[in-house]
Amino acid sequence: MTNMTMIEAIRDAMRCELERDPTVMVFGEDVGHVGGVFRATEGLQKQFGATRVFDTPLAESGIGGLAVGLGVQGFRPVAEIQFIGFIFETMDQICSQAARMRYRSGGRYSAPIVFRTPFGGGVKAPELHGDSLEGLMVQTPGMKVVIPSNPYDAKGLLISAIRDDDPVFYMEHLKLYRSFRAEVPDEPYTVPIGVAGVVREGSDVTLITYGAMVHTAVQAADELQRTRGASVEVIDLRTVMPLDIETLVTSVKKTHRAIVVQEAQRTAGVAAEVIAQVTEEAILHLEAPIMRITAPDTVMAFGQIEEEWLPSVARIVAGLVHVLDF
Amino acid sequence: MGVQTKVPYEVSVPHIEPLRVLLPDGTLASGAKAPNLTSEQLRELMRRMVYTRTWDQRAVSLNRQGRLGFYAPVSGQEAAMIGSEFVLEREDFICPGYRDMPQIVWHGLPMFQAFLYSRGHQYGGRIPEDVHVLMPQIIIGAQIVECAGIALGLQLKKKSNVAIAYTGDGGSSQGDFYEGMNFAGAMRLPAIFFVQNNQYAISTPMSKQTTAASIAHKAVAAGIRGVLVDGMDVLAVAAAVQEARVHALGGMPTLIEAITYRFGPHSMSGDDPTKYRTKDEQTSWEERDPLVRMRQYVAAKGLWTEADEQAVVQAARDDVAEHIKKAENIEKMTVPGLLTSMYATPPAHIAKQIAQWK
Ligand SMILES: Cc1ncc(C[n+]2csc(CCOP(=O)(O)OP(=O)(O)O)c2C)c(N)n1
Ligand SMILES: [Mg+2]
Repeated sequence: MTNMTMIEAIRDAMRCELERDPTVMVFGEDVGHVGGVFRATEGLQKQFGATRVFDTPLAESGIGGLAVGLGVQGFRPVAEIQFIGFIFETMDQICSQAARMRYRSGGRYSAPIVFRTPFGGGVKAPELHGDSLEGLMVQTPGMKVVIPSNPYDAKGLLISAIRDDDPVFYMEHLKLYRSFRAEVPDEPYTVPIGVAGVVREGSDVTLITYGAMVHTAVQAADELQRTRGASVEVIDLRTVMPLDIETLVTSVKKTHRAIVVQEAQRTAGVAAEVIAQVTEEAILHLEAPIMRITAPDTVMAFGQIEEEWLPSVARIVAGLVHVLDF
Repeated sequence: MGVQTKVPYEVSVPHIEPLRVLLPDGTLASGAKAPNLTSEQLRELMRRMVYTRTWDQRAVSLNRQGRLGFYAPVSGQEAAMIGSEFVLEREDFICPGYRDMPQIVWHGLPMFQAFLYSRGHQYGGRIPEDVHVLMPQIIIGAQIVECAGIALGLQLKKKSNVAIAYTGDGGSSQGDFYEGMNFAGAMRLPAIFFVQNNQYAISTPMSKQTTAASIAHKAVAAGIRGVLVDGMDVLAVAAAVQEARVHALGGMPTLIEAITYRFGPHSMSGDDPTKYRTKDEQTSWEERDPLVRMRQYVAAKGLWTEADEQAVVQAARDDVAEHIKKAENIEKMTVPGLLTSMYATPPAHIAKQIAQWK
């Protein structure tokens, strides 16, 4: 066990898999020599050589295409897109090429790629650095989408993603990179893709979220416990595609009430999908409509107003109260 | 993994000699074609470079004090930035990257708006009506393809103006870079593509970007003019752009590669150049400081004195102080304000979110 930040856990996952599987490769802009702008790949080029861990020219479409081609050739590329907003330069390779490779080739080829990218609000990054674009990826059949909220899950999920035979979009929240440490096993281990985690058990209402919002949600749950003795069950989705509906439905059948919190804008996102599916499975168990606490439907706010724009403890508490009093 | 033997090859490309007007000691290079500039204009070029250097140094410390947000330092690149903007007409249109604040401010954007942009305030991008620039582009490459559209628009409106896109050595690797040049060439547009090759894209050196003989050579593939220029020589840069402008208006775009160097870090967000550049390399470029070179030239001509220098430094400091105050005092954005600015007319769901925002 080592006490690690999330970025260290992510690096450790790549190190484990580079060591274990000679087909694993790591590349992207600035990932080789200096080890990435956040040092996520620091030391990996030194340890595994510049053939397996390298800097690419500045071209995201090139990075995506290189990954797809290597996938076809039987490699397992871990391609870094330096910040989430730059995925648009390679959406064709990610969504139209990688995600459809298995289907188009009738199973002859696959794209066992991990696209790693930092995202997320609360650190006042410049525009197009922090957007929550998981909704776009969730709407891409063939793609899996993973968003860890802590160092332990980050390592286990990244190892699962690298070993997965299909493309995985792996999103790393900027605010969580170095904000806290947790015990992480030194040996390789997996956290399964598609399984949510119950962060805290509760009986009155289910709070479903993911990413950095897990931590905001826990604070809101604490506050509600304190102010009105309500018991909130907090669930961390961990994977937003595929969704672990079973865990969510089991919880809702127990609590009869739920809210979903996401950092992304309101319309047509993960929260909407969660609500639709839980409603389909458990409407007769619900005693209140499921509420969404989200960012408003604007472009991600420029830095100065980010804090107001993101879901806050206060807004989550208000949502919980609304659902409890319905 | 087996490494294949590489078959030696030679690509035959025309040699491109970098354009140079001033030698490092500030004297004219023999046979150099000096740009067509008056004494007053030469003084103004010097003034703007000194002013921009001071502004940059102030911006770096304002960032350290937390009074500015994202900032990409420009020291070392003043000749490329100032020289290229200086010979543009007011209604020529600039498509800048994130580092190209000096060009758009000298082209008319009030400095406090550059500061607002850095501070993450929406109004930083609200370009005044009579200023012909786009907002600094974060997505490397996007401004280059857009430049073709701006140039086509200028042509269709029968303006005698050009569009110029700025990018870096890294940016020249984007597919958009080729697409922008190729559109401009195929459609014979009044466009200039200006690459500031400062040798690095964050930590990635030029040697990893391309095996092309130079970035200027990439013009060949698009069928447009390719020009290499000493980017530490403000007069050479000005001459190159002056000439490119004439060609652009005649329907022949130019790609200009200015060879330069950033003295500082990539940005103020934690980049440490000592991780990827040697001290010797850094020093050798500092010896080519574009300000030193031009200062020697204008001083020798009796156009620049120490008193001039001091006055400009003071003026720049005063202006920065005034503009940062203005930026700090601007009304804060609001979430309803953001919602309102998404569409010309807010659709129902936006109107509802505005009404319900607490
Ligand atoms: C599409 C895109 N990819 C990646 C980045 C991240 N990034 C910002 S600056 C930079 C390096 C750019 O280098 P260069 O084009 O040489 O310009 P310079 O910063 O040296 O002026 C990178 C990779 C970005 N902003 N946009
Ligand atoms: Mg560069």
